[in-house]
Amino acid sequence: MQDNNLTNGNNKVNGEEPIIRLEHVSKIFSSKEQDVEALSDISLDIEKGDIFGIIGMSGAGKSTLVRCLNFLERPTSGDVFIEGRSLSAMSTKELRKERVEISMIFQNFNLLMQRNVIDNVCFPMEINKVDRKVARKKAERLLEEVGLLEKAKMYPSQLSGGQKQRVAIARALANDPKVLLCDEATSALDPKTTKEVLELLKDINQKHGITIVIITHAMNVVQEICNKVAIIDHGKLAETGNVLDVFANPKSDAALKLMLNQGAGTVARMKGGKLIRIVFTKNSSYEPVVANMVLKFLSPVNIMRADTRDIGGTAQGQMVLQLPEDEELSLQMIDFLKEHGLEVQILSSMADFEKYEGEE
Amino acid sequence: MSFSSQISDFWNQYGTLLVSNTGVTLYMVFVSTLVAYVIGIPMGIGLVVTAPNGLCSNKVLYRILDTITNIVRSIPFLILLILIMPLTKKIVGVTFGSTATIVPLVVSAAPFIARMVESSLLEVDKGVIEAAQSMGASNFTIVFKVMITEARTSLIIGVTIALATILGYSAMAGSVGGGGLGDVAIQYGYYRYKTEVMIITVVLLVVLVQVMQAFGMWLGHKLDRRSIH
Repeated sequence: MQDNNLTNGNNKVNGEEPIIRLEHVSKIFSSKEQDVEALSDISLDIEKGDIFGIIGMSGAGKSTLVRCLNFLERPTSGDVFIEGRSLSAMSTKELRKERVEISMIFQNFNLLMQRNVIDNVCFPMEINKVDRKVARKKAERLLEEVGLLEKAKMYPSQLSGGQKQRVAIARALANDPKVLLCDEATSALDPKTTKEVLELLKDINQKHGITIVIITHAMNVVQEICNKVAIIDHGKLAETGNVLDVFANPKSDAALKLMLNQGAGTVARMKGGKLIRIVFTKNSSYEPVVANMVLKFLSPVNIMRADTRDIGGTAQGQMVLQLPEDEELSLQMIDFLKEHGLEVQILSSMADFEKYEGEE
Repeated sequence: MSFSSQISDFWNQYGTLLVSNTGVTLYMVFVSTLVAYVIGIPMGIGLVVTAPNGLCSNKVLYRILDTITNIVRSIPFLILLILIMPLTKKIVGVTFGSTATIVPLVVSAAPFIARMVESSLLEVDKGVIEAAQSMGASNFTIVFKVMITEARTSLIIGVTIALATILGYSAMAGSVGGGGLGDVAIQYGYYRYKTEVMIITVVLLVVLVQVMQAFGMWLGHKLDRRSIH
């Protein structure tokens, strides 16, 4: 997360048109029985150079949303602008040309199974009528970049999931796109491979200056590489902003739900006490705040959920604590935590917390 | 008379007949399969792309293709053979003999092949098609560079099924003077009580089907890049 500012600063000129702009996008799927509103009035700006996360629970409409960005799904109303050009005003041919600049990777990789790795990478260039020899040279360079040059002659069925996604990434870069859309690109991968693929995406964002849009249901993916995030809930835009701000201070129910949803397991809890969510950010101190608090007030707290990691020497992440029943004491504790630079949110009730956790 | 002299007698009497009629059968089967594919592939592609949710779905066109396919497929071959005799006469000039048999074989096999091509193309992963669309591929490119190549193995296996089916139909055509091994079986085995000729033609037909089937399967799997590990 620490280099997000860098990423953003490099490519962005103030006042420049957003690379992707959604204006009041709605999508209704009609069938004989009923109409389902998958997206409802979504407006969003994605700036050049962003790594933009779109997060939501499954069924929230995020996959439909990403398909609206290249008009694989045509919005029922509203419009999408790429560098100011309206997609809905384009002819089929113009739209196809535009899609060359907006490539996409998928959860299931979607490689051509009957073509070998290098021919898969060449395929988009074939569509774009790039000279065969030039295409091959470029494909080799891209495969080298994703670390798979030695697998050029192999077929997708011979590769692991992570390798397949690397091939898909190389393929997505073939026509020098401006935007890379990632639809749950790491959801089929194990944690280690996920991390590697995310690293690769971050590299690509920095080296090629490509704007990346990441669709995911996993908050940790967003925290890992995104600088901006939009939270989609039941087809609506619940919240959008900088990842750090949204994480530290979620304003919507849906956002809070997503934060608390990660990590696993429930813990035994005390009766009646207040539940709070505390967020460790870059500003948090090095001292063990929670332990010090317990020592100071000589009263135990219940750690319901802890999800912190070491980033650049400071603990960053979140914890859910249950404070003692004593109202006075718990307010003092909250003040103590705030004094130590932590963001504190009071979860309204136990029932709320139970509602948030364990839901998928 | 020894067994071997029996065989050489049989060979002297029927050898040329069987060999030349095997050739006639192969001629009918391969030519009609080829022509039926020339008609069936575009029909199958048409069924896939005009279908609801297809690449360029078109209700009217789909209904027409679907109905033609179903009607022709539901007419038994022997009846079709007689039914379209006027057409056969117009195209070939006569209604009997191997070349004339090709016409009903094609008419009967084309919709059947269209269905097989349709089902092979529908097996192609929707995600791969979506990926191609996201790259800006035209529908033409998607059909010819994605669907057909990805469905290659299934299409080749379809060809072997089509060949075996058409071989069966061609033998049926023998009953009305269509030529080939089926004709021999009827003429000699049925009308002249030469059971041994009948048996040999059946054996030849079985061997032909086996060879075609085995070759098709081998080729289909050899060309399938999903099975390499």
